[in-house]
Amino acid sequence: MRGIVSHAGYLPFRRLDRSTIAAVAGTGGGRGTRTVASYDEDTTTMGVEAARLALRSAPGIEPAALYFATAAPAYLDKTNATAVHAALRLGPDVVAADTGGAPRSAVAVLRLALAAPEPALVVASDMRTGLPGGPDESAGGDGASALLVGDATDGPVLAELLGAGTATEEFLDRWRTPGELRSRLWEERFGEGKYLALGEHAWGAALKHAGVAADDVTNLIVTGSHARAASGLARRLASPSSTVADDLAATVGHTGAAHPGLLLSSVLDSADPGGVVALVSLADGADVLVFRVTEAVRGFTPSRPVAAQVAGGGPLAYGKFLAWRGVLPVEPPRRPEPARVSASAAGRHTGWKFGFVGSRSVETGDITLPPAVAGAGGPLEPVPMSGARGTVATFTVDRLAYSPSPPVVFAVVDFDGGGRLPVELTDVDADGVAIGDRVEMTFRRLSTSDGIHNYFWKARPVRG
Amino acid sequence: MASHGIRDRVAIVGMGCTRFAEHFDKGAEELLVEGANDALAGAGLAKQEIDAYWVGTAQSGMSGMTLSKPLELEGKPVTRVENMCATGAEALRQAAYAVASGAYDTAMAIGVEKVKDSGYQGLNAFPIPNDGTPRTLTAAAMFSMVVPAYAHKYGVDAEVMREVLARIASKNHFNGARNPRAQFRKEMSVEQLVAMPRVAGDLSVFDCAGVADGSAAAVVCRAEDAHRYTDRPLYIKALSLVAGNGKPLTDPDYDYTTFPEIVACAADAYAQAGVVDPRHELAMAEVHDCFTPTELVLMEDLGFADRGTAWKEVLAGAFDLHGDLPVNPDGGLKSFGHPVGASGLRMMFECWLQLRREAPPERQIDTARSLALTHNLGGYPGEMVSFVSIMGTEPA
Repeated sequence: MRGIVSHAGYLPFRRLDRSTIAAVAGTGGGRGTRTVASYDEDTTTMGVEAARLALRSAPGIEPAALYFATAAPAYLDKTNATAVHAALRLGPDVVAADTGGAPRSAVAVLRLALAAPEPALVVASDMRTGLPGGPDESAGGDGASALLVGDATDGPVLAELLGAGTATEEFLDRWRTPGELRSRLWEERFGEGKYLALGEHAWGAALKHAGVAADDVTNLIVTGSHARAASGLARRLASPSSTVADDLAATVGHTGAAHPGLLLSSVLDSADPGGVVALVSLADGADVLVFRVTEAVRGFTPSRPVAAQVAGGGPLAYGKFLAWRGVLPVEPPRRPEPARVSASAAGRHTGWKFGFVGSRSVETGDITLPPAVAGAGGPLEPVPMSGARGTVATFTVDRLAYSPSPPVVFAVVDFDGGGRLPVELTDVDADGVAIGDRVEMTFRRLSTSDGIHNYFWKARPVRG
Repeated sequence: MASHGIRDRVAIVGMGCTRFAEHFDKGAEELLVEGANDALAGAGLAKQEIDAYWVGTAQSGMSGMTLSKPLELEGKPVTRVENMCATGAEALRQAAYAVASGAYDTAMAIGVEKVKDSGYQGLNAFPIPNDGTPRTLTAAAMFSMVVPAYAHKYGVDAEVMREVLARIASKNHFNGARNPRAQFRKEMSVEQLVAMPRVAGDLSVFDCAGVADGSAAAVVCRAEDAHRYTDRPLYIKALSLVAGNGKPLTDPDYDYTTFPEIVACAADAYAQAGVVDPRHELAMAEVHDCFTPTELVLMEDLGFADRGTAWKEVLAGAFDLHGDLPVNPDGGLKSFGHPVGASGLRMMFECWLQLRREAPPERQIDTARSLALTHNLGGYPGEMVSFVSIMGTEPA
């Protein structure tokens, strides 16, 4: 038996109210909200967050491979999955590689992982932007998903893969040349016709491969950046015995490469044993994966269910959204910009910088963050702290320091079980912090200099 | 193993101090020459009669040539020293110890900083390549965390706390207004200061040290030779330095209401000088008021007030120009300005003026007591270097 052994979605905290767009852009917008990655997030950091949630729910299962898929990579030429790998503190024997370019790569790599002999973590992450007032800006969303794939020998399989089908065809519906902010679209009807046909083809192949009838499907997920094609196909494929999953368009938006995994995780969060879940992804063709939900879901506790994250979140003004996306360059603070990170210094400290690993004195048990230097005191042992929660001992708001999005909100955090770190807070409003607040750590991009992204950890309020 | 100090073995026989200001028309070179000439004139010595030099600068120059080139020294040993905001004081400590050792008859300590060439407001640290994880918070924000911590620990109402801090700034502005060398020479009322917008925590720009260019210098010699150069030398009673190990920063028991490095440094200095009751033995103190809450905590860490009482003493005027123990009679960092490498020597310059009764009459303090203290710190709550000197007009 092979299938999904753990899963999680990650939605960034901020929400853009689509109704606020037209007042500024003069056009566009709509109803509902979309998720927005914070100024200190990118597809890599969101991927880390989703992967942490998935691994936390499946303690003891170590993936042999980490595949990272995105259409908005933080780096080209340099692999982004290695930062995810470091943040997850995976071993050097775990392969970590990117797939990317188009959202379809996320489903493709999931299919490969399901066919592979080893446990594999498939992380998909995306940030969807468009020009102000455009349809992608409004309908898109930011988020990540992580699916841990394995055999029953690796751990309890929550959703067993029954079968898969695919269909591929070269045609132009949506395209973007590298470096462009905006995707371009052919007129809607052409792509709709293509996707409906491709989707039905893949659907038939998948059901046949899985050995199930259409009526056996209890949960139908249809997703694709062509919203009209996806909803039209869902109507065609739905049966009286199936429930069509919420595509999260009204609250999250379409999160591109992350969306198939996000919706699958959302369905599995509350799926009943014995159900048949069909995931249909329309992206330059169609892919259909059919799973049967097992009894093991009863023993699985999602770290942070997708529905809870959808229900959370805080508002973001449209102007801030534009500034964070680089569409509206705002006056920077009149302070020196941060120097670029030293590759060799970072290379000596990957455990601390990416893994948030401190040191603990073997003799006293005292935890030191960042880790103490070996040789000065007694023997030390590494202590991973990224999962520790803490309490705000004191805090301040710095309106003078450089930040990509001032002001800096900063707190002295005392961790449960020991250790203290003065550290920046994120996903908070400057007036929304108090002594005694509970916080948890989150992997973020502090700044970028000379094209080098400075990744490190911040604290954020524990919510929900 | 012990810290013995050099009590009364070395004397300051000449001092100089430039005006502290935004010297857009002067570089570190001009400021150094001005400060050095001023101190040499005070001691009646020529530059070639000084046997060795220590030049303190945090980031306005590298090596002893920072000084030897502009001052056109011939074959002299010159050492550049750096110890954050204790840099100027550290230069004097090196020069004094060198003379005490017998290696030299005379030495000069000079500090300088040219901060206004960066193009940015405030002080900006020299970037050392790193892994990107050290925090980039401003010093103002780090020290602002003292305010709620102190108020909470001692039950001081937030409004009262605000008044206490404004009272400190107002006092230093009052003193600076009477100092022709000071950067800011305008009195500021408590009401004006309380109304300022906050920039870091509860601190406004007026809770922060002035940022100025400047230089200050001292000539030292063995105490027994002092009267060859001046009738009224200042005898060095204590020089203490403590470099913190940063542990309070990550210690959950550290509560941001005290600076442990300073407590240790003061204890060492008082032991060297034989001072047991600083509040009543000192004529004055120049302390490192980089931010108003810093000065508040220093009153307790230096033993001028009991724990939890400095705020009341501040409000009662104990540290005013003619209070029980005048603190920062020259206006302090707040009003005099803070050229990092010069500030420690600038503080000693004020002791030089006050104890020799050469301060302008409008800010001359009572000198019935003959000892003065200077204090510097460099760094942040939980990780700092601390320096304390004590000097006096009477040899042992």
